[in-house]
Amino acid sequence: MNAPPAAHATPKKARSAGFALLAPAVTILLVWSIVPLVLTLWYSFRNYNLVDPTLHGFAGVNNYWYLLTDPDFLRSLLNTAILVGGVLVVSVGGGTLLAVLYDQEFIGRGIARVLAISPFFVMPTVSALVWKNLMLHPIYGVYSWMMRAVGLTPIDWLQRFPMATVMMIVAWEWLPFAILILLTAVQSLDSEQKEAARMDGAGPIARFRYIILPHLSRAITVVVMIETIYLLTIFAEISVTTAGGPGVASTNLAFLIYSRALLQFDVGGASAGGVIAIIIANIVAAFLVRAVARNLEV
Amino acid sequence: MSRFTSFCRTTALAVLATGTCLSAAHADSTLTIATVNNGDMIIMRQLSGEFEKAHPGIHLNWVTLEENVLRQRVTTDIATGAGQFDIMTIGNYEVPIWAKQKWLAEVQPAADYDVNDILPAVRAGLTVNDRIYALPFYAESVMTYYRTDLFKKAGITMPEAPTYEQIRQYADKITDKSNQVYGMCLRGKPGWGENMAYVTSLVNTFGGQWFGMGWKPMLDSAAWKSAINWYVSILNADGPPGATSNGFNENLALFASGHCGMWIDSTVAGGMLFDPKQSQVASKVGFAPVPKGSFGKGPTWLWSWNLAIPASSKHTQDAQTFITWATSKEYVQLVAKQKGWVAVPAGTRQSTYDNADYKKAAPFASFVLNAINTADPNGQTAQPRPYGGAQFVGIPQFQAIGTQVGQTIAAALSGQMQVDQALAAAQSSTTRTMRQSGYTH
Repeated sequence: MNAPPAAHATPKKARSAGFALLAPAVTILLVWSIVPLVLTLWYSFRNYNLVDPTLHGFAGVNNYWYLLTDPDFLRSLLNTAILVGGVLVVSVGGGTLLAVLYDQEFIGRGIARVLAISPFFVMPTVSALVWKNLMLHPIYGVYSWMMRAVGLTPIDWLQRFPMATVMMIVAWEWLPFAILILLTAVQSLDSEQKEAARMDGAGPIARFRYIILPHLSRAITVVVMIETIYLLTIFAEISVTTAGGPGVASTNLAFLIYSRALLQFDVGGASAGGVIAIIIANIVAAFLVRAVARNLEV
Repeated sequence: MSRFTSFCRTTALAVLATGTCLSAAHADSTLTIATVNNGDMIIMRQLSGEFEKAHPGIHLNWVTLEENVLRQRVTTDIATGAGQFDIMTIGNYEVPIWAKQKWLAEVQPAADYDVNDILPAVRAGLTVNDRIYALPFYAESVMTYYRTDLFKKAGITMPEAPTYEQIRQYADKITDKSNQVYGMCLRGKPGWGENMAYVTSLVNTFGGQWFGMGWKPMLDSAAWKSAINWYVSILNADGPPGATSNGFNENLALFASGHCGMWIDSTVAGGMLFDPKQSQVASKVGFAPVPKGSFGKGPTWLWSWNLAIPASSKHTQDAQTFITWATSKEYVQLVAKQKGWVAVPAGTRQSTYDNADYKKAAPFASFVLNAINTADPNGQTAQPRPYGGAQFVGIPQFQAIGTQVGQTIAAALSGQMQVDQALAAAQSSTTRTMRQSGYTH
């Protein structure tokens, strides 16, 4: 209110100077993020097949029409949802229980914690290969050997239950992430509060239900959000273990786009898939951000 | 002046590939070669030092890739005209298609190269309008491998020309799952060059085909149904577990370690199965022609891996010098001297099959020669057909179609779909692709 008039003038000047200084960075950022998006949109309306240059020109909405009416597309959407949902249930559920468990005092707790967290640091391609060849291979795998040792016929996991097996591998990778976040959250819980509840006669289940779980709710929301973002684009595990099959049993949206672009060389169709993936990711992100925002404004 | 020369020398070293500085550097060129990580190509890479010694101006830069990755890299490179490679390893599927699209440079080998020594069936696949667009490195057809000891134990003998019906009975007899011996191994891994290579030749002999005249897909025909039913039922009853992830290499490992009673696949496996260093069953391998189905005739299988020069290469002459070296008679002699006769690239040159040393080292040699000569990529299917190719369809869209149908066949094999249901799905997806690419309306 009482500021001298000069002070009133400077922000305006400073603001325009600020814009000038910001402009190069903003321009580069725009070019960097807008150009690929615009190109994807452009190609999604073109006839563009790498192996058949005789076919070119505008396709209109053909690429979208062929994609949306393709039964494989619906299946891949469903698979994406199953994969994200399943892995979230396993990693959040298992993560919460294991976090509470590893919060207890027991001998060798440090080693157990390191072991529980280490799968997260294995590269996706490597862990997929390990599971496919060392663990689950119906002839050479460790599990098959164990099953044969007790007189059972080994299950051919990747052929019989492709989606469930991919889900298991991905959950194995992401459970440690959930443990890591949730364990930190559990440790921040005031021990006096737990102590008080115990003295009031609350059993372990009641303490978990009414004290630990509400305390963890924010951490759980964060885990759900971060994992959803990564799980929507799972690719390496599917490509290595099942290549989307048998049939399209384990094809998610990311793999479908890959197969359109680099196995079928249909740039137009793959771009249409890319545009649809961007739209879906934005819808999911909008919901997540709202959910998280509600949870964080306590 | 001296400073300029030394500047030129360092620059010339740095940019040998372009060699634009001094006229002395003009003679030098570096060829970038894309190839597949198969055994024969690894040997070529090892022996290429000899070539560099003989041609001091030409340097070689190898990019060795797994088959699927190679295909993605070379296809995107050549289709976008990126010009990253001077020499590409491609199949007889790509050569005529890419030559028609003017993506490949014509090859005109010197007179002493002896083009007429190349087997006519192989040469025909690389020739468009009497011009040759690639030179064959090795070629293959299809045959049946079986374990003589298991056949003896079961009291059966392999006939000279087996039928698929007989093969089915033999597989049932020699399967011994408790000892992990599976009567029949076949490709199940999806892909136009994996399971569909075998399935196409199987369907042909059952009287089926991919397209009828007017490009109408024929995947829901009775012939396809009986062929796929044979394939699914034999692998479910007598095949190894996990068949949908077994391609050529996986089956080779299974057979070489004694898990397969029979295996119908590329003739190129012969050299490895009969080699005691690579195979535990080398002394017990028998071989027979590919079985016949109800139609009995039909094209079987002819694949060649070839070296070609993209039109975008800036070193066409040097590239031609290299590919003629790597596919010449002298190269075959060189491999024989360094690695033994059983390791020489097979299936391309008559002179290799006339060689007494090769015939002695490879008991299957004349058999393979016959299989290649009778593979008949342009032969008649049960109905007239608008396309060429033995175990593939020679149109650009086949990579897409073959891969998608291969996935569906794998779904039928794994029990995710019924055979009829899978073929109906394959028919509808193929129809869509053909419509999308303007073949049908």
